Amino acid sequence: MNNYFKEIFKGVWEKNPTFVLGIGMCPTLAVSTSVSNAIWMGIATTFVLLCSNILISTIREYVPSHVRIPIFITIIASFVIIVELTLKAYQPSVYKALGIFIPLIVVNCIILGRAEEFASKNTILHSILDAIGMGLGFTLNLTVLSAIREILGANKLLGYQLIPGMKPALLMVLAPGAFFTLGLLLWGMNVIKARAALFKRTE
Amino acid sequence: MEIKILFTILISTIFINNYVLSRILGLCPYLGVSKKLDSAIGMGLAVIFVMTMASFFTFIIYKLLLLPYHVEYLRTIAFIIVIATLVQFVEMIIAKISPSLYQALGIFLPLITTNCAVLGVAVLNIDSGYITQQYGLLYSVTQGFGGGVGFTLALIIMAGIRERLELAFIPENLKGLPITFITAGLMAISFLGFSGMKLF
Repeated sequence: MNNYFKEIFKGVWEKNPTFVLGIGMCPTLAVSTSVSNAIWMGIATTFVLLCSNILISTIREYVPSHVRIPIFITIIASFVIIVELTLKAYQPSVYKALGIFIPLIVVNCIILGRAEEFASKNTILHSILDAIGMGLGFTLNLTVLSAIREILGANKLLGYQLIPGMKPALLMVLAPGAFFTLGLLLWGMNVIKARAALFKRTE
Repeated sequence: MEIKILFTILISTIFINNYVLSRILGLCPYLGVSKKLDSAIGMGLAVIFVMTMASFFTFIIYKLLLLPYHVEYLRTIAFIIVIATLVQFVEMIIAKISPSLYQALGIFLPLITTNCAVLGVAVLNIDSGYITQQYGLLYSVTQGFGGGVGFTLALIIMAGIRERLELAFIPENLKGLPITFITAGLMAISFLGFSGMKLF
């Protein structure tokens, strides 16, 4: 049981996709303009990741290794089309807000990376847990980043106004704000890690 | 008349809606290959080629195959396969012409397939509604070329800055990715100055 938990938690902290591994940057930065966008993007990506991990780990023994990448990417693209059509039908406003970043889930390095690195080598159960962990980590990153940007850039959180009468710093919801926020967050994480290492050594 | 539109598309994809700094597409190679100026230029040229060709082929496939058979929803799969083939082609050419550049680009060359800017321009060409226009093919190829040039511009500026950052004094924890992101943010602010520019 403990082992399974570790598999999930790995994606959230130790091997966090965007902050530690540095993959899947484009959607993280581009979609994190508001918390609701971020959560929908997180759900969509997690769904695709989960389905592709399950399918790839099921067929992993039958895939010849030199054509595996085209096969993986075709599988991923099929699930992305499912997400695209579903969102278009049931959540048209979300579909409009996320725009081209829904088809671009195909080229999110996290999904192909997990397929190549994990699902093609491990059992179905482990692949499911890995996908849940990675998806959770990705969604969490997006939510944190988008919360900071939405509060500073639009003076709102989840669409509700926070401080009436205050003028927000519009720059934060534009592209530069995304770069600054992520840069400062990564800096903060490095500082925490350095402190923790120092603490361990002096102990 | 067409020249005017082409010029507008070109300028707006290079400067106003720069793919990296304004639309935030193609960050992986932007961060990965911008350590050295030489490899940045090589990567930029490869991306210009792939983006231009991808715009051309995806537009034709969408217009002649997907639209007549009413399978527009398959565009994601169709586009990614076209792009993967093109990248394979470019990889073979670069390996033959310049083995040293091939070595320098390393893993990032096959990864052009998963460069969001390339798939992004293919999808944007369709979403811009060029498909119904008379000179749509020309417009979309121009948009692809401009997008590639904009990407290369951002990549080369970044590589130049990062080569100097190597020698600069930076606090230990800011080194690497954090300072790169903050630099990118400053560059994005300067590119923000182009927005609202009216051409004609």
